[in-house]
Amino acid sequence: MCGITGILNLTEPNIISVDVISKMSGHLNHRGPNESGLYIDDWIGIAQTRLSIIDLTGGTQPIHNEDKTLWIVFNGEIYNYIELKNSLIKLGHKFYTNTDTEIILHLYEEKQENCLHMLNGQFAFTIWDSINRKIFIARDRVGKKPLYYTVCGDQFIFASEIKAIFANNKVKRELDAKGIDQVFTFWTTLPGRTSFKDIKELPAGSYLSITGNNVIVKQYWDFDFALPNELTNCNSDEITSYSKELLLDSIGIRLRADVPVGCYLSGGLDSSGITTFVKNNFNNQLNTFGIRFEDVDFDEGQYQKEMVSKLHVEHKEILATNKNIGELVPEVIWHTEIPLLRLSPVPLYMLSELVNQSGFRVVLTGEGADEIFGGYNIFRETLIRSFWAKYPNSTMRPRLLDKLYPYIFKDKRSKATLNSFFKIGIDQPATPFFSHLIRWNNTARIKRFFSENITSSTQDYDTLLELKDNLPEKFNKWDALSKAQYLEMKIFMSDYLLSSQGDRVAMAHSLEIRMPYLDYRLIEFMGKVPSYLKIRGLNEKFILKKIYKDVLPQSILNRPKHPYRAPIKNSLLNKNLQYVDYYLSDEKLKSYNLFNHSMVKILKDKLTKSENSSEFDNMALVGILTTQILNDRFIENFDAHMIKPSIFDIIFDRRSTTHYDYHSKKQNYS
Amino acid sequence: MDYIKELKEFVINNFMFGQGDSLENDTDFFDKGIIDSTGTLELVSFIEEKYNISVLDNELIKENLSSLTKVDEYIKKKLASESDNH
Repeated sequence: MCGITGILNLTEPNIISVDVISKMSGHLNHRGPNESGLYIDDWIGIAQTRLSIIDLTGGTQPIHNEDKTLWIVFNGEIYNYIELKNSLIKLGHKFYTNTDTEIILHLYEEKQENCLHMLNGQFAFTIWDSINRKIFIARDRVGKKPLYYTVCGDQFIFASEIKAIFANNKVKRELDAKGIDQVFTFWTTLPGRTSFKDIKELPAGSYLSITGNNVIVKQYWDFDFALPNELTNCNSDEITSYSKELLLDSIGIRLRADVPVGCYLSGGLDSSGITTFVKNNFNNQLNTFGIRFEDVDFDEGQYQKEMVSKLHVEHKEILATNKNIGELVPEVIWHTEIPLLRLSPVPLYMLSELVNQSGFRVVLTGEGADEIFGGYNIFRETLIRSFWAKYPNSTMRPRLLDKLYPYIFKDKRSKATLNSFFKIGIDQPATPFFSHLIRWNNTARIKRFFSENITSSTQDYDTLLELKDNLPEKFNKWDALSKAQYLEMKIFMSDYLLSSQGDRVAMAHSLEIRMPYLDYRLIEFMGKVPSYLKIRGLNEKFILKKIYKDVLPQSILNRPKHPYRAPIKNSLLNKNLQYVDYYLSDEKLKSYNLFNHSMVKILKDKLTKSENSSEFDNMALVGILTTQILNDRFIENFDAHMIKPSIFDIIFDRRSTTHYDYHSKKQNYS
Repeated sequence: MDYIKELKEFVINNFMFGQGDSLENDTDFFDKGIIDSTGTLELVSFIEEKYNISVLDNELIKENLSSLTKVDEYIKKKLASESDNH
């Protein structure tokens, strides 16, 4: 688990500065504090900062093949590396390390881009083929590990995080109005785009290759759902049994590490299940980590305590107070590299620090269960609204919504207004975005705060059309739940949950998170399970609950769903945080020219004065504030925070002329 | 009495954050995304407090609350019926 970066000359060999690469690599030190390395020749420089997890002493990167013609820098883990290694040895490949990294290289020699279908893991890597002058870059299927790139003049520049690309002074830094527009609709950018102009994301499940002028970006994997004739014939017991087998294997291979592995434990079904399976089947001396909230409305402590006492695990927790959530927002934005509309990533940032300080580099988490097993309220909402859409004037059908939101619907007034909210678009059940459109439109109302400058840059731009154009061919043939699952996984999960709320806030404190529910075998299998078995009636995660029915207490199996969230208004506006006033001041709003300053002033006053604040106003506050922070940290004052360049532990210098332009801790190889 | 002026000021300040150029008396709050479900409750609280009326649950419908004109008519109707009852 690491950071990777590099520069490729596109048209002719030219001097690549080690100083520049070490500065870029230095911006990834938090991702890999243990060691760093560089390969450089006349065409390319690739560097890696390493968080050592497998083969702690022998796995220094870059790693090469037998004749040193292929070189790799790698961020991630390949969980099935032991099995792959055995088959490669049989084919005659020689290994000089015990790492999973070296497996990829030899598998690439055998299969080229088809190697990606054989890898089970989370990864982003770059292979340099020095003979054919070809660069090959790939990301894992669902986008657990990040990869960004840009073309600047004659050079192709890439990195695990955008800040490393910006550390190259040649790269222009500018916010992308279209990217920001997308964030204020989907909570994230769509695959391929970022918040910054001309900085691209390599989409999840894709690879990029460059040979000469030939640039290829291709998707090799996507979420898929079975059409009626492709569904599994298994009954619910058989499905439960097979998916349990897959889940146990998925957990087992994710415990492969030369360092101890812990678990996040929130007290919800998903993480309680994983923790129980680890404890019962693999590791009796288990350490777990959880978040507690000062604000009781957000706290799940009672369920965590119950699981801890049941399992006898060694549990540690952080207390997320409104004060420290508020204070940490600017640091978190430095890591997310994208504006936020909620503050949920902040407590996770605090938690990864606790895990790091406790001596752990790896934890398993419950991420992905809601998406693949059908757990979110938006899925049940979609089923109810589809049912309602058949008789839009029915007064009985919308009453099913009471079951989803019993606390809100207890209040008759809220019920009447919420019913009208869910009725929007009920006459168009066939529209591709039936499940998500009311929420996206609600978020997009915040765009009214945009300055004229931003509005005019996006006035002819239709972000929904861009999304529609990129949907898979089969999409319109899927049922309502499958469509909703696809949109949720493709956009919100891949580019928000796994990034802002996943990799970024974990790697900020050098912590690798591993997600057993997101093993591609489990995703592919659940894609073949009929929707009515994923959500039985309105019983969400029906199969997952069956998997856990004998090992989890009823109180966890049947507990009301508690979305993980963090308080906004009380974290940002009640503690007189100086930075909030600074970024929302007339002066800063006018000078950045991203938002209408007088509207923001009214919003802030409204939130400060009112006791109860609406979801919309809270979301607007976070969105505006974090965009201001992003603009400050990445555009206006990028170099204000001194970050030490990497001093590489190892350098493979294959340039045709000698350049004495670096310092290395150890030996240099040529 | 015409309540539209006060209502307009409230809607512009509270939901449009001061930018009310596009708000006409017949602009539909919901179609135009000016007010969402929680916003409706804010609007109701405002008229209850300001005009001392009680909005019944079955009156929380589009016909009463979806534009300045409709809210104005609704308030007049409520005040008239409340004074009839006294």
